[in-house]
Amino acid sequence: MIWLTWRQFRVQAIVVYAALVALAIALALTGGQLADAYRDSAATFLDQIGADRSDQTLYTVGVAVAYAVPAVIGAFWGAPMVARELEAGTHRLVWTQSVTRNRWLATKLGLGMLGAASAGGVAGLAMTWWSKPIDSAVNAGQDSTGTIFDLARLDPAMFGARGIAPIGYAAFAFALGVLAGAVLRRTVPAMAVTLVIYVLIQVAMPFWVRPYLVEPVKTTVAITADNLHGIMGRGPDGPIDRLDVGSELPGAWSLSDHTVDASGAKASSIPTWVTDCLLPPQKDNAEGRADQQACFDRLADQGYRQQVTYQPASHYWALQWRETGVMVTVGLLLVALAFWRLRRLS
Amino acid sequence: MIEFHLDGRSRVSPYQQLVQQVRNALRLDLLREGDQLPTVKDVVASLAINPNTVLKAYRELEHEGLVAARPGVGTFVTRTLADASLAAHGPLRRDLERWLAKARRAGLDEESIEALFTTTFRGAAQEDIA
Amino acid sequence: MSTVMRAEGLGKKYRRRWALSDCTLDVPAGKVVGLVGPNGAGKTTLLNLAVGLLPPTTGSIEVLGGRPADGPEQLARVGFVAQDTPTYAGLTVDEHLRLGAHLNPQWDDAVARDRIDRLGVDPGQRAGRLSGGQRAQLALTLGIAKRPELLILDEPVASLDPLARREFLQDLMEAVAEHELSVILSSHLVSDLERVCDHLIVLVDSRVQVAGDIETLLSTHHLLTGARRDPHTLPGDQQVISASHTDRQSSLLVRSEAPVLDPSWTVTELGLEDLVLAYMSGSKTVDRGRRAALEVLR
Repeated sequence: MIWLTWRQFRVQAIVVYAALVALAIALALTGGQLADAYRDSAATFLDQIGADRSDQTLYTVGVAVAYAVPAVIGAFWGAPMVARELEAGTHRLVWTQSVTRNRWLATKLGLGMLGAASAGGVAGLAMTWWSKPIDSAVNAGQDSTGTIFDLARLDPAMFGARGIAPIGYAAFAFALGVLAGAVLRRTVPAMAVTLVIYVLIQVAMPFWVRPYLVEPVKTTVAITADNLHGIMGRGPDGPIDRLDVGSELPGAWSLSDHTVDASGAKASSIPTWVTDCLLPPQKDNAEGRADQQACFDRLADQGYRQQVTYQPASHYWALQWRETGVMVTVGLLLVALAFWRLRRLS
Repeated sequence: MIEFHLDGRSRVSPYQQLVQQVRNALRLDLLREGDQLPTVKDVVASLAINPNTVLKAYRELEHEGLVAARPGVGTFVTRTLADASLAAHGPLRRDLERWLAKARRAGLDEESIEALFTTTFRGAAQEDIA
Repeated sequence: MSTVMRAEGLGKKYRRRWALSDCTLDVPAGKVVGLVGPNGAGKTTLLNLAVGLLPPTTGSIEVLGGRPADGPEQLARVGFVAQDTPTYAGLTVDEHLRLGAHLNPQWDDAVARDRIDRLGVDPGQRAGRLSGGQRAQLALTLGIAKRPELLILDEPVASLDPLARREFLQDLMEAVAEHELSVILSSHLVSDLERVCDHLIVLVDSRVQVAGDIETLLSTHHLLTGARRDPHTLPGDQQVISASHTDRQSSLLVRSEAPVLDPSWTVTELGLEDLVLAYMSGSKTVDRGRRAALEVLR
């Protein structure tokens, strides 16, 4: 059964692993230089590599591959596993040898899961190793003025492409593909459904699940001229909806923020004089700046602060472990469903 | 070794056809004492018939005392049906050929020859019974 | 004598249609059993139930004394060649044999290789490139080399040309003789079955119409021709299978253990094909007697 699994599976396996090996080699060749550059230029590191197009490209490709590998595994390893046998009618050949259906599926799923997890592992850990200097720089507060290197590893766009998260996603996507194939009985629809659901899950996780995996931290910051980026309201004389306050939390993932009043509760309404805290260009003189400072002082006196809810950089690995755990658990649930579904197939 | 044929359209059942073919072969001295009959496996492999059919035919022949099965070896002829009359076959065949030539010269076609032979044959058989 | 397959009240329903209903069978071992019936009669369903590819809706089925596909031992005792002889198009002939060797503890590799040699098939050829006859022979090889006690084949020769069909049946019969296999073989062509089978099951409209030893069936079914008569006037032990009438003459196909001695009938024996056809068409008439009555001309 192991021989048969490999024989039917070898092209798909080789394609994915070849791509991973290529990525790993590219990362291995350049990782050393990156670490050296970080050691040598520390404070200006991100600026420096921000100017390097090839590093950016490699990084972007690496992130894309890390996200794509689970999707490809789900669609090309998982979806055809059962569906193709049903489409070609070969299930009537292979399920009437001397191996029960359960053992057939268990062997294929087991080997596939191992392959998927290790593929995810290679992608995630290779990217983690290579990106270490970048992550250290971002967590120390550096920024590269607008390139992809600015993104913290906790950022939703980066989270799934590093660490051990790709392991969980690969295992999940694989199980999803197999179940889709068993339910839909046709390879191409199963591939499509798997891809769609995978994308939906990747989008849904940072919105609905990840913020709660580890208790986020709440902190309040004073509203000052440095961090008030804007005011959102309805019209020049209308009510103020929210204050756009930037938080200096390097490497953190900001979940939400709102203005609180002196009692610590969410401010039900923000006073309209807060518009004075913004300095339009024509008022940029000594008098204008004095008015602005008076506004901020008044805010502070009245106890208005900004409460920020965020996941700090230190929560990164806890979040990685828990999210991987969630995805693996869901994957195992899908596996159980696949076995249940298998009994009803003919 | 004898080779079997099966007439799929004959009303005679397959196993009886096999039995008859063996008997005919014995009569015409094409099968002699000590000759081996084809194995069941060979017969079914060439005719695509059920092995039980062949087994049944061989058992009947064994019952008639014509053949004997030797386990592990095969089935062998124990008795011939060719008798003294075998010697007469040659001259009889020649007489028949001459008669056929005469019938054709008289203008009879194949169907008429066959009809003439069959009715005369049957008539003579009934006389024998009576 | 032992039984290879026993079914009691077996039925299978797909959505709203019963593909097989009320099927009760006792199939003896050591025979080549023909399962015959028109397309859609339920043959494939019955065979799929027998090998455990389908679960029954009602009733039970037992194969070689065990439940189908109950475990590796049960699976090893029954070989199956499915309709259209599915094979892996991307795998070579040799790889199919390796599949057989890996998945079957009782695999006889010598038998398999010998057959492939004799067939003259290139072991390195991909199964997708084989002709229909060669694929069927490959599937048969897989079934035989597994060394089962019972080999089940679902319309194995339906899409083969006459030569390939003959060769397949020759090889099948040779395997039966050599390995003492029991065989259940389905077909909608009666002529194939006649040479090869000694036991028959007729399945029409998802029901078993008749089942039994072929010789017994042929000797207990008779064609009666004579003056026009209502089939209901026949004695009770003569079961009318089908009847057709002209204004003066009746032809009845009856089943009777005892010989029919009524002198008003001309009794002739039937060929297997006619017998099966009679069951196939006879089942369409709900009440055969009534149908005959409708045709009475006065």
